[in-house]
Amino acid sequence: MTSLPKLLVIGGSAGSLDVLLRLLPSLDNSWPLSMIIVLHRKNDSDSLLTELLASRTKLAVKEAEEKDVLMPGVIYITPSDYHLLIERDGSLTLDDSEKVNYSRPSIDVTFASAAEVFGDRLYCILLSGANMDGAEGLATARELGAFTAVQDPEEAEVSFMPRHALNSIAVDRVLTMQEMITFVKSLE
Amino acid sequence: MESVHHIKDEEIAVLLNDLLEQYGYDFTDYSFASVKRRLQRVYTTDRFPSFAEFRYRVKSDPVYLTYLMEQITVNVTEMFRDPGFFMTLRKSVLPVLATYPFIRIWHAGCSTGEEVYSMAILLQEMNLLHKAVIYATDINETVLERARKGIFPLAHMQQYSQNYQQSGGQRDFSEYYAANYEYAKFSEKLSTKIIFAAHNLVTDRSFNEFQLIVCRNTLIYFNKDLQDKVLHLFSDSLEQLGFLALGAKETLRFTTAAPLFKPVAQKEKIWRKIST
Repeated sequence: MTSLPKLLVIGGSAGSLDVLLRLLPSLDNSWPLSMIIVLHRKNDSDSLLTELLASRTKLAVKEAEEKDVLMPGVIYITPSDYHLLIERDGSLTLDDSEKVNYSRPSIDVTFASAAEVFGDRLYCILLSGANMDGAEGLATARELGAFTAVQDPEEAEVSFMPRHALNSIAVDRVLTMQEMITFVKSLE
Repeated sequence: MESVHHIKDEEIAVLLNDLLEQYGYDFTDYSFASVKRRLQRVYTTDRFPSFAEFRYRVKSDPVYLTYLMEQITVNVTEMFRDPGFFMTLRKSVLPVLATYPFIRIWHAGCSTGEEVYSMAILLQEMNLLHKAVIYATDINETVLERARKGIFPLAHMQQYSQNYQQSGGQRDFSEYYAANYEYAKFSEKLSTKIIFAAHNLVTDRSFNEFQLIVCRNTLIYFNKDLQDKVLHLFSDSLEQLGFLALGAKETLRFTTAAPLFKPVAQKEKIWRKIST
């Protein structure tokens, strides 16, 4: 497991795309972690989202495929209509089981699964949204040693999701946009 | 939020070993993360005070085992799911099968049967159903029992009707079922040509030769070794140039079976068998 890179998982819903479009350009191509993005959205825009995000960053961006093994400096986009789980060997499993919090992909599912494997080598950030998804997964991840943060609800385009997390669980940090950029850039 | 016990990997291994030794169900080559998540879900939902009690229940209560089996395997499906796939069946695959005197289709991992009835509708509309037989199999008897009945929630029909139209369906979708309170019962004309039977892809062998095998969103729950094994089973169960159809995110890439097939519709995940 120590041979796996550290992992950042970012979960978002309504209003999160703009955050990603500001965050990703700030990372240079030596950024050494793996990143997974779990974004709620309609079911038919996969390649568009991947292309859009790829156009804004020097890092490699790809839609997560089953059995892909997490590599450093690569951003994996969870495909729409599937949950994304992580195996012990760092390979990815797609899962089309029931929606969680009315969502597939569910942020809870990936936060919790990543924490099982990565423990304190995991960072989780929950962004803007109008859904309850993410809070429970953050709690599980924190219990298992991960670092957890939410976007500052004051700045979030839709504050419900980060606010719900702050109201129901303990997190390590609340990040403004600027703090988030600084924090993610500093990960090594 | 209450803190829950996280089942340990070793505990999962113990339980999977019980299922194998006592009941003959082999989940050891399933995706570990997926099985673990589903077992954790059952454990939390059913509020077991300890893993030992969970294990005892599984070992001693056959009714609970049946329920657990249904919870471990994923049974999410819909009619005409991924309409583009059914459009391709209609336009490119079934016209080829139409040239055969008799059509044999195997639908592996059919769950509650929504896609099997979708296939039967396609065959009927192309006037092929009379000379076709669909073997629809699943590991899980409970879901097969539901599939045999052909009764699905009426609330889903709007979505299914939309999928049907997007897949190239021209008829009024409601012709195919009778609505009764909150359920839609599909015409028995469709199910007369479907044989529902238990089959375990992990342990059971080939039982016929087919021109088309459909297995969608089942292989994603298997590890690489088991995927390889099942894909070889499919190859052995297909006639020369027979079709293999997988789920939208499934691939033959990196599997030892890749050389046995050539892609015919890459986006819709359809291949043909090229060598024995």
